[in-house]
Amino acid sequence: MDIFLQQLVNGLTIGSMFALIALGYTMVYGVMKLINFAHGDLVAGSAFVGLFVFSELLGGQISFAVVLGVFALTIILISLLGFTVERLAYRPLRNAPRLSAVVSALGASMVIQNGIMLIWGPQMRIFPELIPTIIWDIGGVVVSLIQVLIMVLSMLLMVGLYFFVEKTKIGTAIRASAIDQDAARLMGINVNNIIVTIFIIGSSLGAVGGLFIGLYYRGITFNMGWQYGLYAFVAAIMGGIGNIPGAMLGGILLGLFNAFIAGYISSTWSDAFTFILLIVILIVRPTGILGERVAEKV
Amino acid sequence: MTSSDYLFKISDLEVSYGSIAAIKGISLEVKKGEIVTILGSNGAGKTTTMRTISQLLKAKQGSIIFKGHELTKLPAHKVVSLGISHSPEGRRVFNILTVEENLMLGAYTKSKVDLEILNWVYDLFPRLQERKAQLAGTLSGGEQQMLAIGRALMSKPELLLLDEPSLGIAPILVKAIFTQIRKIAETGVTVLLVEQNARAALKLANRGYVLEVGKIVHSGSSEELLSSKRIQEAYLGKQK
Ligand SMILES: Nc1ncnc2c1ncn2[C@@H]1O[C@H](COP(=O)(O)OP(=O)(O)O)[C@@H](O)[C@H]1O
Ligand SMILES: [Mg+2]
Repeated sequence: MDIFLQQLVNGLTIGSMFALIALGYTMVYGVMKLINFAHGDLVAGSAFVGLFVFSELLGGQISFAVVLGVFALTIILISLLGFTVERLAYRPLRNAPRLSAVVSALGASMVIQNGIMLIWGPQMRIFPELIPTIIWDIGGVVVSLIQVLIMVLSMLLMVGLYFFVEKTKIGTAIRASAIDQDAARLMGINVNNIIVTIFIIGSSLGAVGGLFIGLYYRGITFNMGWQYGLYAFVAAIMGGIGNIPGAMLGGILLGLFNAFIAGYISSTWSDAFTFILLIVILIVRPTGILGERVAEKV
Repeated sequence: MTSSDYLFKISDLEVSYGSIAAIKGISLEVKKGEIVTILGSNGAGKTTTMRTISQLLKAKQGSIIFKGHELTKLPAHKVVSLGISHSPEGRRVFNILTVEENLMLGAYTKSKVDLEILNWVYDLFPRLQERKAQLAGTLSGGEQQMLAIGRALMSKPELLLLDEPSLGIAPILVKAIFTQIRKIAETGVTVLLVEQNARAALKLANRGYVLEVGKIVHSGSSEELLSSKRIQEAYLGKQK
């Protein structure tokens, strides 16, 4: 029972991070039908940018204001990077064949990954301990302050995003653009602006995810975007790519699954089991757990 | 007639898909308050014309003037706020949004949804009100067509573009929808109606143009077109 509860806490923590990152993949896919392969590298970039902002720009002394500053500046810088990727790598290919955009996405991913390596080097860096290591032992289950922060903040961000997309005018325009871009244009929606909005939201959530990775795992490497990006991408597909609640659910489930495999079997097996799970889900439900909401066309 | 009589005027329009010409130099005008129809069989270029007016397609040549604005220079999303609404071929309702959300999107360019217009749309098509919380994709074809037209009305257009509202719809509903199109026109909305169903369209319209493989081959008042031998043979299914 202890293992179960412990891995539940751990799983919800990493699942929250997967979910935040998965949202970036799924929102871009929803409107552009494109996998933004650069997204995982943006997440990795966020951890390095956070490190840089903290030690170089904000003086390297931990305080509440500085931690807020690290989050705010990093989110802004990473959204700018996401915006730039959209402008340079995707917008010129808006009407090109899908494959060109996929190649461009892979290219953008490599450029960012190598950019991180050139700036910060190939060796592992240690992310600063911005959040004090406070640990509670609740009946044998160990919970840290960082875990609580990650779970609570992720939940707030996801609930906020859900209401934004479901209840606001821009959110409705985003959903309309995901369904039918030409029909959206006929409504007067500037679909290019919607795409920019999505990139900025997705990159911001990814930036938070990257900072969480830094805070939680501490060791950060230039190529870690590939690993976390892949997990988040799998989470997005499991939930139903293009579906926003699906990405949230997929992320949490994948985090829990990983934690339980690590707890009951061995963490060396969690990758293999993750892909077995993905395959099983796709066999049972090819469009993912929440799939495309079906409304038959007449 | 001077050009200022026209609300809307297309001159020498040419549109191509790659190297294939779909519209080969057409001109037409619509006066304020008119119902004008463009007839033509499948593949004649009717939808291409409508999509070019809305700037979803870009003209290769020619001009499209609406109230003094050259539309061909505008991006598609700027057209609706000038007062042109387009109910596209195949309806293109947002299938996984509710009926009401679809209607709200029709008023996207307005800072506030005009409740009078919303109520007018619900008066015209009461089924939309009954089903306002339902996903648009669960409506029948005819109801989706009502929604597409209602959605187009939400921006308070001066010119309403209707692309084959009868396509794939039960005859009884076609009749109902055409009756409502007449009512819409009676409130002063100018209508450009594209149809393969020539008889229904000519009964409704004041004037018509006949499009054949990208060219206008006939034009005239609805009475003239209805009584023309060639039109009867080609479009109204009458024998010689
Ligand atoms: N996306 C497209 N790509 C290439 N050719 C097209 C495309 N859409 C339409 N066409 C061609 O343009 C011509 C006119 O089509 P369209 O405007 O849809 O006709 P209509 O609406 O009168 O049935 C047809 O020959 C059609 O095959
Ligand atoms: Mg057509």
